Amino acid sequence: MQRQAAVEARGARKVYGSGPAAVAALERVSLEIAEGEFFTLLGPSGCGKTTLLRLIAGFETPTEGQILIGGADVTADPPNRRPVNTVFQSYALFPHLTVAENVGFGLDMLDKPKAEVRATVAEMLALVKLEAMASRRPTQLSGGQQQRVALARALAPRPKLLLLDEPLSALDLKLRKEMQSELKRLQRETGITFVFVTHDQEEALTMSDRVAVMSGGSIQQVGAPREIYNRPVNRFVADFIGETNFLQGALEEGGFRLASGALVTLSDDARGGRPSGAAATLAIRPEQVRLGAGGEAGLPATVSETVYFGTDTHVHARLADGAEVVVRLQSPPSGEIGLSPGAAVTLRLPAEAVQVLDD
Amino acid sequence: MAEARRFSVSAMPGFRAITLAAFAMLYAPIVIIVVYSFNAAESISVWGGLSLEWYGRAWENEQVQEATVRSLLVASLAAAISTVVATAAALGTTHGAPFPGRTFIYAAINQPLMAPEIVTAVALLIVFASVKVATGYTGLGYLILAHSAFCVPFAYLPIRARLEGMDLSLETAAADLYATRWRTFRRVTLPLMAPGVAAGAMLAFVVSLDDVIITEFVKSAGQDTLPTYMLGQLRRAVTPEVNAISTALLGLTVILLTAFFLLSRKRD
Repeated sequence: MQRQAAVEARGARKVYGSGPAAVAALERVSLEIAEGEFFTLLGPSGCGKTTLLRLIAGFETPTEGQILIGGADVTADPPNRRPVNTVFQSYALFPHLTVAENVGFGLDMLDKPKAEVRATVAEMLALVKLEAMASRRPTQLSGGQQQRVALARALAPRPKLLLLDEPLSALDLKLRKEMQSELKRLQRETGITFVFVTHDQEEALTMSDRVAVMSGGSIQQVGAPREIYNRPVNRFVADFIGETNFLQGALEEGGFRLASGALVTLSDDARGGRPSGAAATLAIRPEQVRLGAGGEAGLPATVSETVYFGTDTHVHARLADGAEVVVRLQSPPSGEIGLSPGAAVTLRLPAEAVQVLDD
Repeated sequence: MAEARRFSVSAMPGFRAITLAAFAMLYAPIVIIVVYSFNAAESISVWGGLSLEWYGRAWENEQVQEATVRSLLVASLAAAISTVVATAAALGTTHGAPFPGRTFIYAAINQPLMAPEIVTAVALLIVFASVKVATGYTGLGYLILAHSAFCVPFAYLPIRARLEGMDLSLETAAADLYATRWRTFRRVTLPLMAPGVAAGAMLAFVVSLDDVIITEFVKSAGQDTLPTYMLGQLRRAVTPEVNAISTALLGLTVILLTAFFLLSRKRD
């Protein structure tokens, strides 16, 4: 990458406690986030995503490694000397200050002239559409409004980097969707690099330029949403993002031999130069599996259950060896898929939709 | 039906009578002293009509005036000193990482609540007696120092309660928004803990104003506070003047404690 990274972690490691009680929250993570990117750290709770965020903000000091912001090593700098602002999960708005005073707090602390503070506060409140609330106290606002104040407060000092720690988790579904597009808009309009932490895969896929999937204190995969979804590098990523069918088997000359005995054709890309004979797992998304009538060419299977989801219907089908495959079909206008448990069907796994994961 | 069978104190026999008796025990003596402070008669037990005479007498009594000024002076200074100490102690024990011996520190700060006051009084008497001999100083300083010491836990408890209820992420947010440690304290921590500090100061003031035992032991000659003056009066001829002073003191305390409860109520 030729461009200067907005933020970089170099072998950042964080251990809490000491001696036998020591717990590594983050394992030597190296990561570069480009200027102007909407970057998401995605993973289940305890995966280290919040720890990494706190290392970047300066609330924690890494046990090992370095944090660079705009190319400068800030590892030893306290949070107040880093050009970074944070939107906290709990918002952390100052209850004794008005909305306008909250938004102006950062600029005030930077000793900006009063007139400039006032102008920027007005601009920020307009950006998050809260002009009318300037003289209210945070406790007089709804959750969504408090969220927007927290955003305005963090954006007002024009940080090089905006860190967002699960900011939408406290909002209800409808408000969350609204804030997702609001965040995208703010990022486009300000051009500030956003580092967003979430455990919600849908949020990560819809909003981000790139996503880092984390687990057990390590980064499992970094890539654009489509890459993460369609080309997961391991079973954890395939399982955590969306739904996936996993089938055991081994690689052969002509493709992938399933435990049931059937042979699945692989693309060169999916095979990735793996030698024949190696045991591996085959992964395919439910919406990519093709379902045909019994007796057609493909994998013979028996329907065990159908589950209606509204737009989709999931068909659970059992292969000869007992392995279950879920097929996602669009529900027909009648809502009746016309398959009852016990029906014989044929499954086809298109070569371009099949992934091979090492065991 | 399950609802009706739940244990309820108010459904027990004699509940009403016991409640009334308890409240009578608590308030009847106070009501009597307040009523008799307006008695026109010389006696403290015979009613002779309504009058403000004893308030007037107390007001004009030079000894009462001096004792009042002394009481207010000692209470103000003791409240100020103990509040500063208690604020520092509360910040030290609630903010920052837990340290070994923190439980011991809690107990140490609250020592004046646990040690019998008479023991502390005797100990102070002995210590101050030798200090007085060594330095020759016999001023109000001893009284102020002793009051400051036993007022610390009363100031500490409401301040600590306030700090424990404070969202620590607010200080993190201030640091994130470029505030130095000092400015974080000035602009965020202090304003948010202020109601607790004010409540602590008021409680300390009231406790100091009311103290008899330690004051009686520590004071030098001619250093009567209002409570020790009243005690001295009761040893001689008892006049309704004491009732009047008691009622005035009660009024002041009720005002301060009401303010204390209003301040320590959780703001939402």
